[in-house]
Amino acid sequence: MYTQAMDTIGKDEAPKALRSAEEAQLQERFDARIDAGDFIEAKDWMPEHYRKTLVRQISQHAHSEIVGMLPEGNWISRAPTLKRKAILLAKVQDEGGHGLYLYAAAETLGASRDQLFDALHTGKAKYSSIFNYPTLSWADMGTIGWLVDGAAIMNQVPICRCSYAPYARAMIRICREESFHQRQGFEALLTMMTHGTEAQKAMVQDAVNRWWWPSIMMFGPPDDESPNSAQSMRWGIKRVSNDELRQKFIDATVDQAKLLGVSLPDPDLKWNEARQSHDFGTIDWSEFKRVLAGDGPCNKERLAARVKAWDDGAWVREAAMAHANKQAMKEAA
Amino acid sequence: MSTVQNEWPLWEVFVRSKAGLDHKHCGSLHAADAKMAIQMGRDVYTRRQEGVSVWVVRSDQIVASDPGDKAMYFDPAEDKVYRHPTFYELPKSLDHM
Repeated sequence: MYTQAMDTIGKDEAPKALRSAEEAQLQERFDARIDAGDFIEAKDWMPEHYRKTLVRQISQHAHSEIVGMLPEGNWISRAPTLKRKAILLAKVQDEGGHGLYLYAAAETLGASRDQLFDALHTGKAKYSSIFNYPTLSWADMGTIGWLVDGAAIMNQVPICRCSYAPYARAMIRICREESFHQRQGFEALLTMMTHGTEAQKAMVQDAVNRWWWPSIMMFGPPDDESPNSAQSMRWGIKRVSNDELRQKFIDATVDQAKLLGVSLPDPDLKWNEARQSHDFGTIDWSEFKRVLAGDGPCNKERLAARVKAWDDGAWVREAAMAHANKQAMKEAA
Repeated sequence: MSTVQNEWPLWEVFVRSKAGLDHKHCGSLHAADAKMAIQMGRDVYTRRQEGVSVWVVRSDQIVASDPGDKAMYFDPAEDKVYRHPTFYELPKSLDHM
């Protein structure tokens, strides 16, 4: 599960003027490698701004995976059948795994895990604002899989070709695993729409109504309001623009909604023959900004749950380390 | 970057995907000791039967070639085309040799 285009949010200072002829030469060589479609590895020289952009984007992506476990974890004990519970457990475990792959990728750039966690826990780092919405009914589980994971996959597939190789490798692994997340969600909804009671069908429609707009916001602000996008495109960190991905997602989802028998809550959504795409209504970006800034329905609850889990686990981490040290000393003696 | 070392040490994880193949690097993780690293390697990297064997090694124990020397270090093999079978032109009837 991914995140909106996080690369648009940072406030990094502009890249510093180059200091020396040697650095200019390194920069030139780096640019040439990017232009040639080469991958950059952890120990290769890279511009400081490239490194910072990646640490920010990868760690925010990792935080999103970890915080993303919370809205779904909410339903594990209340899943309607053992089968659905096993599926949901596997999915939440996957999100944890995806967070770990991504933290490891960010650490190759010189950030420590403790620093990354600290940034999340103190609220300095952002995570995807989609996880600040509540999961009110069982239909939310299916809808998150279908729409939120669907949008995530659309966002993530191009990152498999990211110029920074450790990130690209993590993304390939994640995308391979993620497909089940979307399919299980759609299937859960289809089951309710096909075999469910009228009340259950209404529950699905309600969930779709609540998740639709936040889902299409996941692609990030419109292209003309994404100041960092051009640089990320130049560096091969970003491959496809926010608006292009959003359009692709909407076009794919409309037919799926028909198959499911639900409507999408946008009266302006209609096929445009000339564009061979769907037109859609105006997105309320003030809501996006508000939730991202901390004023969503669940921001405080999510962060508090995460910090509590971390604090409550402190004694386990310390005890495991103390045990390992003791065993190592015994062996040395 | 970090000066205070609270976190568990970093390990590199290698997985053999099936019997007969070699172990391949698949990522890294933090663990307090080797036993925990193996167990977490299984949980993190083989949730879908991706492996039949896991190796772990402390990341600080890995010695690597210098990426800055890549060209100088590996290019000498570039002009030694005679090390490849395709360098040799043989009669058609023998071409499968």
